[in-house]
Amino acid sequence: MMRYFQPEFHIVRDPARCIHCGCCVRQCANECHYFDEDGKTVLCRDESCVSCQRCVCLCPTGALRIEKFKSDYRESAVWTQQVQKEICRQASTGGTLLSAMGNPKPYPIYWDHMLLNASQVTNPSIDPLREPMEIRTFLGRKPDRLSFTKDKKLLTEMPPQIKLETPILFSAMSFGSISLNAHRALSAAAKELGTLFNTGEGGLHPDLHDMGQYAVVQVASGRFGVHKDYLNNSAFIEIKIGQGAKPGIGGHLPGEKVNVEVSNARMIPVGSDAISPAPHHDIYSIEDLRQLIWSLKEVTEGKKPVCVKIAAVHNCAAIVSGVARAGADIIAIDGFRGGTGAAPTRIRDNVGIPIELALASADQRLRDEGIRSRVSLLAAGPTRNAADVVKAIALGADAVYIASAALIAIGCHMCQTCNTGRCNWGIATQREDLTRRLNPEIAKERLVNLVTAWNHEIKEMLGGMGINSLDSLRGNRLMLRGIGLTEKELSVLGIRHAGE
Amino acid sequence: MKITAGLTPYGELNRQVREALETTDTVTLENVNGQRYIGCGLDAGKTVTIYGTPGNDMACYLNGGRVEVFGNGQDAVGNTMSGGEIVIHGHVGDALGYAMRDGEIYIEQGVSCRGGIHMKEFGKMKPAVVIGGVAGAFMGEYMAGGVIVILGLGKKPEDDLFGSHCATGMHGGKIYLRGAYPEHHVSRNIAVSALNEEDQKELDGYLQKYCAYFGADMEEIKSVPFVKFTPESSRPYGNMYTAN
Ligand code: SF4
Ligand code: SF4
Repeated sequence: MMRYFQPEFHIVRDPARCIHCGCCVRQCANECHYFDEDGKTVLCRDESCVSCQRCVCLCPTGALRIEKFKSDYRESAVWTQQVQKEICRQASTGGTLLSAMGNPKPYPIYWDHMLLNASQVTNPSIDPLREPMEIRTFLGRKPDRLSFTKDKKLLTEMPPQIKLETPILFSAMSFGSISLNAHRALSAAAKELGTLFNTGEGGLHPDLHDMGQYAVVQVASGRFGVHKDYLNNSAFIEIKIGQGAKPGIGGHLPGEKVNVEVSNARMIPVGSDAISPAPHHDIYSIEDLRQLIWSLKEVTEGKKPVCVKIAAVHNCAAIVSGVARAGADIIAIDGFRGGTGAAPTRIRDNVGIPIELALASADQRLRDEGIRSRVSLLAAGPTRNAADVVKAIALGADAVYIASAALIAIGCHMCQTCNTGRCNWGIATQREDLTRRLNPEIAKERLVNLVTAWNHEIKEMLGGMGINSLDSLRGNRLMLRGIGLTEKELSVLGIRHAGE
Repeated sequence: MKITAGLTPYGELNRQVREALETTDTVTLENVNGQRYIGCGLDAGKTVTIYGTPGNDMACYLNGGRVEVFGNGQDAVGNTMSGGEIVIHGHVGDALGYAMRDGEIYIEQGVSCRGGIHMKEFGKMKPAVVIGGVAGAFMGEYMAGGVIVILGLGKKPEDDLFGSHCATGMHGGKIYLRGAYPEHHVSRNIAVSALNEEDQKELDGYLQKYCAYFGADMEEIKSVPFVKFTPESSRPYGNMYTAN
């Protein structure tokens, strides 16, 4: 068939280094590398390379390099190569474009337009290596007031609280969209770090049953794997209303990815499509959401906090307020750059708003209405490093969810093709030859290392501000200053400009 | 054990039921007035019998238990249930049996909109919803498994057997229909066929129970022919996408 567009990447093999060992042939699930007819010489084809960097990292002689395929189109700011390629793809197939991972477009990243404060003279900074620093985080509804008996016993009935040793949780990634080994690594790391992982909407694999206490269990519109024991075998329950990468649409795990193991966790037949409808068909209003929240509290006898996850969209501050009033204990807001295993390109790239703006406006709205302490706020989508986490907390988050950063820690190179099911790093795939590549022990170590390092950096930044407890930073926007932002952006973020 | 519900708030009522079920297997609730979540997560071996009108989400997450209602049900009866049996001597509201995975629901009369949405089956788990009367719109939408039976008993001539968008996005399971149905309400991905021997056996099993529970006449029910809806493809959206 005639090709209407060029490959995206060009595989460069250094003939002086290549020893034709065939390592890349075995590693590339996209079959870019192959042996010539002589059975000895390794050749490659560029067309299906996605630049996952697997072959580059594993080539024993460092002979490989992936470049952008350079064949310049006549310049046009309107009809860019990408725009033209997408048109050609659709002209060839008639299909809806499907991508993965978060919105890659160069929209403003507000984290990079906010600067943190530090103490000078007036309020001494603190050295976290010498002094205790509190980053322990409690999630859950806080009572408006506490009352005690005369002998100082607590009278108020405390709603269930989740105690975390870090303000960082692993965000929802379903078994199905990622491999069981990835789930194993995430759950083990959560246990070791004193935090939680999130099952996503695919249920909990029977092998991980004992990890339930470290799991946030999701209830999505498809209700896959949702039953009484699953709900009770959890740290807390999360109702997934929306996801930052694809607000307003449901999920769809293609039948190819539903192997025996995935079928066991989701409780659907092998090979059948797992379709999560766009809405929950028992939720058409805040009242209906309230009904679901309280049904989950009923089936867990009030022991589990219930979280509601929504995508960051235009009216999310008002929605968050409604969700808080509906009885949610925790609300997770997922920004439009949040990752996904698969999303229609047009939705991924055009729907939703940045988490920074959504978080700031939601926090402000809850404060204005005097109901901020009724819920904990989780920010997701994405925070890329400890500084983003600190800024999110200063903007009003109680904790953050990380997913993309966690995957990068265990090998993901953001090739953005998780939807193909051919993840060469053994993460976003169910192919056994590929999932075997992800060693859950090593992956767990890497996740523990990452979060431990971020914890330390968080303490360092806190100490620099003269703060010894993360609680003193929550919603403390005076610790933030904007740089290169308009008046309007500053006012939505609720921060002053640098120098003010 | 008997409990009079009266105007007891649902939380308190359900706590009483839970407590009672610790020492007994059967609880009868009288004068129920819209209390929600009755029979929520009820385990196998336990039975709750209800007189009056239970509120929304009755028998949600039902876990093998049995709930029988002498009266009408409201919305979301049997929501996300994993097993057990629900018998309603009356009619029910919207979102009946949403995403149910196993167990059986028998409704003497009709159901409102969105019944049996996203029912699914797995291994030996195969849910069934039997509706004596007629069904509203979006019946069996996204259905991924299990069985829905619509009998249309007592149907008025101006009524349709089901409302618009029946079985939209259905990709598994079967719907058995008795008598004439509104063809213009059937979504495009549906194959209509006659029942084979196996289907007939399966259907008879459900009908026998329906007749036993509600005193209906098997012969009269079977005097009208049935047809079967199945999805044309188990992957209705399989070819919709192109990798970018
Ligand atoms: S897809 Fe990955 S492994 Fe295959 S050639 Fe490209 S970079 Fe190498
Ligand atoms: S998880 Fe795998 S397929 Fe997805 S972006 Fe990362 S490397 Fe690529």
